[in-house]
Amino acid sequence: MELFLEQLVNGLTVGSVYSLVALGYTMVYGVMRLINFAHGELFMLGSYFGFTLLVSTNIGALGAGWGLIVIVLMAAGAMALLGILVERVAYAPLRESGRLAPVVSALGVSIFLQNAAMLIWGSRYRAYPVWAALDRRWQVGGVHITLMQVIILGVSIVLMLLLYFIIQRTTLGAAIRATAIDQDTARLMGIDVNAIIRFIFIIGPALGAVAGVMVGLYYRQIHFTMGWTYSLKAFTAAIMGGIGNIPGAMVGGMLLGILEMLGAGYISAAWKDVFVFIILIALLILRPTGLLGERVAEKV
Amino acid sequence: MSYGRIEALRQVSLHVHEGEIVALLGANGAGKTTTLRAISGLIKPQQGDILFDGSSLLASPAHRIVGQGIAQCPEGRRVFPTLTVEENLRLGAYLHRKDKEWVQEGQGKVWELFPRLHERRFQLAGTLSGGEQQMLAIARALMARPRLLLLDEPSLGLAPLLVQEIFRTIRAINAQGVTILLVEQNARLALKIAHRAYVLATGRVAVSGDAADLANDEKLRKAYLGAAPACS
Ligand SMILES: Nc1ncnc2c1ncn2[C@@H]1O[C@H](COP(=O)(O)OP(=O)(O)OP(=O)(O)O)[C@@H](O)[C@H]1O
Ligand SMILES: [Mg+2]
Repeated sequence: MELFLEQLVNGLTVGSVYSLVALGYTMVYGVMRLINFAHGELFMLGSYFGFTLLVSTNIGALGAGWGLIVIVLMAAGAMALLGILVERVAYAPLRESGRLAPVVSALGVSIFLQNAAMLIWGSRYRAYPVWAALDRRWQVGGVHITLMQVIILGVSIVLMLLLYFIIQRTTLGAAIRATAIDQDTARLMGIDVNAIIRFIFIIGPALGAVAGVMVGLYYRQIHFTMGWTYSLKAFTAAIMGGIGNIPGAMVGGMLLGILEMLGAGYISAAWKDVFVFIILIALLILRPTGLLGERVAEKV
Repeated sequence: MSYGRIEALRQVSLHVHEGEIVALLGANGAGKTTTLRAISGLIKPQQGDILFDGSSLLASPAHRIVGQGIAQCPEGRRVFPTLTVEENLRLGAYLHRKDKEWVQEGQGKVWELFPRLHERRFQLAGTLSGGEQQMLAIARALMARPRLLLLDEPSLGLAPLLVQEIFRTIRAINAQGVTILLVEQNARLALKIAHRAYVLATGRVAVSGDAADLANDEKLRKAYLGAAPACS
């Protein structure tokens, strides 16, 4: 039982990271029918950017609370800018070119960004500095919980609730949903589809960057290839929730994190990535519309 | 006007005067929808010009043209099925989303015109009947308070009684000062409420004139419009 609860906590923690990254995938897919393979690299760059801020500036001197907030906000802002730039350079010119060209372009951007990170930060693991104030842990009924876990879960849930509110309750959110359904008719309403796409490319990478910084603080080690691993898992989470489905991505990420950690706890930690990809393959074969059973490719 | 290498319209010239209902008729594939999409800016012609109030629309992207006073109710309704009736209407007034009074006033007018939509305002648009969806599509276009309303086959797939109702509504909208360009398969009914009409055939204007004259022109009816449906 203790092992179960412990793995549940671990699962929720990584799961909320998968959710945050999965949202970027699913929103872009929803509006553009594009799997944005470059998204994982923005998550990775967000993590490195936060790392650089931590080791080369004295933002840390603000104390753990404010320091963390400033670093997360700066990383989110920087990745939002980079997200817009990527969209502008790699996707906007291909708007009328069918569906294959943007995917190839996304793969190109992904390789480019990964190599850029390697050239800037080197190919070895980099270690996030230890932040003593964040290094706290408790025992609740025999289960270990760290402060970082609480922060990750708390921040993720708040951000997801905020996003859910924007998408479901505001006129901007209705415009985003309308654009995902039918771009031409959205245009007839006066909706600037390009502005909606830009907005998606601000929100997705910003959430990814927040996740990236938190992963750095949680696992301490970051690597220029981490974008790939996390993005494949986030992609699995997005498929689980039904790609294009925003609440689905939130739920899918959590579920995947829990499954992965239970697998690691009860079967073998070394095989946890394998479980995830077995899940991905099984989903793609058995339930490509996601567990929540909603649209995918309904409009091709 | 072409889709890729397919030329869909050639030298179509039509005028709509303020306050009119103008019918745009023609067989399937004649180019009626293409004409409306060009006016709304969803597609841009390679040649020619489209003027509204004397100034060209060609440089404006589709999402700006609504703001200039032209709203389109597209073929096949195209309501957003997973959005509620109210959200669909709110998007109709998207350019005025910051102006709460504008949106509320617009909605008030819609409830007057289509009381049925009011009862169903929290329902998902996809769960409405075909007729109700058509009403919603027209209402959504009206939320922009257009001076020119483009209607693409509003009677498509509706029972005769409902068609009559929709046409009465179109007349009422026109009576409130909205100019209307009406694309229809149902030529008989369209000519009844229109002031003037154009008939398109394979991408050209084949005939144009007063609606009343065209309605009585047997030869024209046989040549371009097919037999008129027999409904009273
Ligand atoms: N996206 C497109 N790509 C290629 N050709 C198109 C496209 N849309 C329309 N066309 C062609 O352009 C011509 C005119 O089509 P349009 O939709 O304007 O006809 P319509 O008069 O509205 O017909 P209907 O009464 O059936 O709605 C047709 O031959 C059609 O096949
Ligand atoms: Mg048509």
